[in-house]
Amino acid sequence: MYTQGLSGPVDQPDQGHDPEREARFQARIDAEERIEPNDWMPEGYRRTLIRQIAQHAHSEIVGMLPEGNWITRAPSLRRKAALLAKVQDEAGHGLYLYAAAETLDISREELVDQLLAGTAKYSSIFNYPALTWADIGTIGWLVDGAAIMNQIPLCRCSYGPYARAMIRICKEESFHQRQGFEIMLTLARGTVAQQAMAQDALDRWWWPSLMMFGPPDSESQHSDRSMRWRIKRFTNDALRQKFVDATVPQSQFLGLTIPDPALHHDPKSGHWNFGPIDWREFRRVIAGDGPCNRDRLRARRAAHAAGRWVREAALAHAAKRRARAQAAE
Amino acid sequence: MTVPLFDYVLRLADNALVLGHRLSEWCGHGPVLEEDLALANMALDLIGQSRSLYDYAGEVGGRGHDEDALAYLRDVASYRNVLLVEQPNGDFACTMARQFFYSAFMHPYWQAMAASSDPALAAIAEKSVKEVAYHVRHTSEWAIRLGDGTEESHRRMQAAVDELWPYTGELFEADAIEAALIEAGIATDPRPLEGAWRATVANVLKTATLTLPATGWMQTGGRVGRHSEHLGHLLADLQYMQRAYPGAAW
Repeated sequence: MYTQGLSGPVDQPDQGHDPEREARFQARIDAEERIEPNDWMPEGYRRTLIRQIAQHAHSEIVGMLPEGNWITRAPSLRRKAALLAKVQDEAGHGLYLYAAAETLDISREELVDQLLAGTAKYSSIFNYPALTWADIGTIGWLVDGAAIMNQIPLCRCSYGPYARAMIRICKEESFHQRQGFEIMLTLARGTVAQQAMAQDALDRWWWPSLMMFGPPDSESQHSDRSMRWRIKRFTNDALRQKFVDATVPQSQFLGLTIPDPALHHDPKSGHWNFGPIDWREFRRVIAGDGPCNRDRLRARRAAHAAGRWVREAALAHAAKRRARAQAAE
Repeated sequence: MTVPLFDYVLRLADNALVLGHRLSEWCGHGPVLEEDLALANMALDLIGQSRSLYDYAGEVGGRGHDEDALAYLRDVASYRNVLLVEQPNGDFACTMARQFFYSAFMHPYWQAMAASSDPALAAIAEKSVKEVAYHVRHTSEWAIRLGDGTEESHRRMQAAVDELWPYTGELFEADAIEAALIEAGIATDPRPLEGAWRATVANVLKTATLTLPATGWMQTGGRVGRHSEHLGHLLADLQYMQRAYPGAAW
């Protein structure tokens, strides 16, 4: 999902291991109590959350780029306003998520520096290009659709500030998903060229969307611990299956073909079985060799560098005002 | 034959759309996340104003044009916006200066238009004046922060003010198209607003430790379709889909 990179290198071992406190902490989790910023928590819990929330925040910010690419070219004023509002929502999500991460004793600046240095991850999905207007529909339909599958359980995450941020984010994401589907429906009912544009976008985004749920459970290193801490409530594979089951009927309704010859309905399980995912591609994109990784980081670094004098001026002005206020006292 | 009300409403609509489009170019590239939100917010206000105005222009134009036909199918020479709003974003100081000059004019303009004898325009003015009040506040704050910030930000903000100053004169022009509408109480005469605008601008620049430029030659022409080279590129982006796929609905 937006936090696929959690299956990367393992954290440092916990410092100051305290089995008694950890047992009390786990008992609170098991009783479905929310953990709040001032509560004691194991170092591993804190670090896992920082990493997860930061990856989620970075994904929102980097995710503004492929869609932002179409704001100036949106095909109607209604679509232009809706897309701009959507990308603005993503900036807002980034902001609440950075604020949620800050409750865990790390600053937004540190997190942004990690993103710009290339040491923090963000979702692999945003390293694919948005080539046509149909990509904007597909991103809403599939990417936001996949995000919602993962994020709805996060509204019950054991860490209070993250869970509360997710409640608001999920409401907006589900609106974005419907908006994306509605763009696809318009294309599917449009001209032959529009239908071809919609199919082409589905062909390109389908497999990367399935990869959003992260590696298969057999390779997901931190899944068990995150489940025990109730940061995570469903496994990657379970959420991926849920997404496929929800999405196949939608593609049928649109009259579009999912690019998977092995896709078939299994009457026994009631699920849609799908073909093998190319995990080499997934690992390659996560490692930095997707079609747009370099462009995305370049764009973020350029905005950050171009804005440095503005941020410095804001700080300098605030300092001058404080100094004047003190001098006047 | 030109219908004065149609031409007049288009001028207002084109100003709002072109400036909203310019602001939307920042999306994802702002100097700080909060400012990405604020720039998008102002862009959305302006695009929203343009939609109401195009809708009304289509109605009074009598040719059945909807908002998209007006926005997407007119070429440069048919656009009626002032030159100020089509100027490129430049650095953040330029974007703030452009927005401040425009908003400091539109705020008293929409205030006066709320009393227009045309109820549709009065309603649009009433909604827009609240939005523009925020734009004035936001951009004044930035002009002050940048002017009275660091040496670099002061230099950039002064350069932006100087660069855009020659485009401010056009805001206060009124021609024959508007004369009859002003007479009928439909349009507001922009000329008497210049004093209030100058006072707002002088006050903010003074607080920002910036120098009010000397008024020399003022650029003009946008309102009659004589634009800078920049507008063609902006429209090439804006209108791309409608031009590449004529007649398709999106």
